[in-house]
Amino acid sequence: MGLKIGVLALQGDFREHAWAVEKLGAQAIQVRRPAQLEDLDGLIIPGGESTTIGKLMAQYGFIEAIPAQYKRGMAIYGTCAGAILLAKDIKESDQPRLGLMDMSIRRNAYGRQRESFEVTLDIPAIGEPGFPAVFIRAPYIEELYGTARPLATYRGHVVMAQQDRLLASSFHPELTEDTRVHAYFLALAASRGG
Amino acid sequence: MATEESVQSTWLVKKGLAEMLKGGVIMDVTTPEQARIAEEAGAVAVMALERVPADIRAAGGVARMADPAIIQAIMDAVTIPVMAKCRIGHFAEAQILDAMGIDYIDESEVLTPADEEHHVNKHLFRVPFVCGARNLGEALRRIAEGAAMIRTKGEPGTGNVVEAVRHMRIMMDEIRKLQNMPEEELMTEAKNLGAPYELVKEVARLGRLPVVNFAAGGIATPADAALMMQLGADGIFVGSGIFKSKDPAKRARAIVQATTHYNDPALLAEVSKGLGEAMAGIDIKTLPEEQLMQRRGW
Repeated sequence: MGLKIGVLALQGDFREHAWAVEKLGAQAIQVRRPAQLEDLDGLIIPGGESTTIGKLMAQYGFIEAIPAQYKRGMAIYGTCAGAILLAKDIKESDQPRLGLMDMSIRRNAYGRQRESFEVTLDIPAIGEPGFPAVFIRAPYIEELYGTARPLATYRGHVVMAQQDRLLASSFHPELTEDTRVHAYFLALAASRGG
Repeated sequence: MATEESVQSTWLVKKGLAEMLKGGVIMDVTTPEQARIAEEAGAVAVMALERVPADIRAAGGVARMADPAIIQAIMDAVTIPVMAKCRIGHFAEAQILDAMGIDYIDESEVLTPADEEHHVNKHLFRVPFVCGARNLGEALRRIAEGAAMIRTKGEPGTGNVVEAVRHMRIMMDEIRKLQNMPEEELMTEAKNLGAPYELVKEVARLGRLPVVNFAAGGIATPADAALMMQLGADGIFVGSGIFKSKDPAKRARAIVQATTHYNDPALLAEVSKGLGEAMAGIDIKTLPEEQLMQRRGW
């Protein structure tokens, strides 16, 4: 099918996302300039430091360019920092963001690094068995509105959600060998315009 | 139904945070104000210190873990991860930092070693550790002790990148050599490196360290950062280089951009313009042997 998936390579673990995408037979492109967004089927915004990535996005025109490409049909998946940057509302923060997804998200919601954890997570959309989810100084989604819907919850909080061609997760599938969440996103990217 | 049993402080969680810092700049700060300047400039994390390495070098005497009050004030000032240093082998300082909930502990040669034989057993802690290394053997010994992130030692507090370059080149050369070795030679190489055989095999298979490897020790300009990234660093520590310069905020922003766009010389030229005076540097050759911080630890 020859899907072209960009991985925003400003900061964070973009290399691991690119490996996961390639493992699934799609082409991965490291995106450092907005011009590289043209003709992508999907874009992954990786884990990293959301304030750093947000500032670099603002400095290089991504805050305007990414929503424009989304309107054109590009799918977007944000993990951890990427999920924060997708949200319309970030609790107790005025940091730069894309603000595409109808959700409010809380940064460092579980605490500091000491409170980071791994858990086997039920994600009905990708089926059994449970998914090995790694949460690192992770956010959780406090509220979804509009057409956004939850895909997974952990201890009463939404940790994975979808709205049309937007996908967000608090955890890091790219740190594990399990590619089912990436496969779910690639299917979303393949269905564009549908 | 999947289980909902969560586990903390696993190897994946420890090294995972370092993975998230890749492509970023970690900056030394000594006050909450500096920490906010660093965060505002785009730092991925800050290192909370009482004095930057250049001042530690100038002050002489015994350099210890920073006052927990200073560390706490910096933790309260920013939302990005905060790291702090303990002395080599000083596991009680490390226990204090762990109890405070610091995000990463740097068992650092910048401070005066507390133990000249043994490093901290880093597996025992909830919080992950970063350690300095001059070559592959040293890096793998630290990883075997539990370090979830490595950085080159360079020569801290000098504003001179030459030692960081030396250490990164040695490490990368040794990794390339392992990659090309027939498997039966790996045991002898493990012996020569003074490194655990299992880790040597893993490096040969991966073609890189099993954890993130940052550059540190002497980085002072955007070009220095780009140089280290092109040599294979996963990210950059800047110690004295920012807050010992004329315009710290501007220089910090420039080094952040240079670390992202390290392969774009035209952009590097732009961000390097008009940064004001860099920190004064030191020619390593003028330093007496006993003042070399990189010799601390093994």
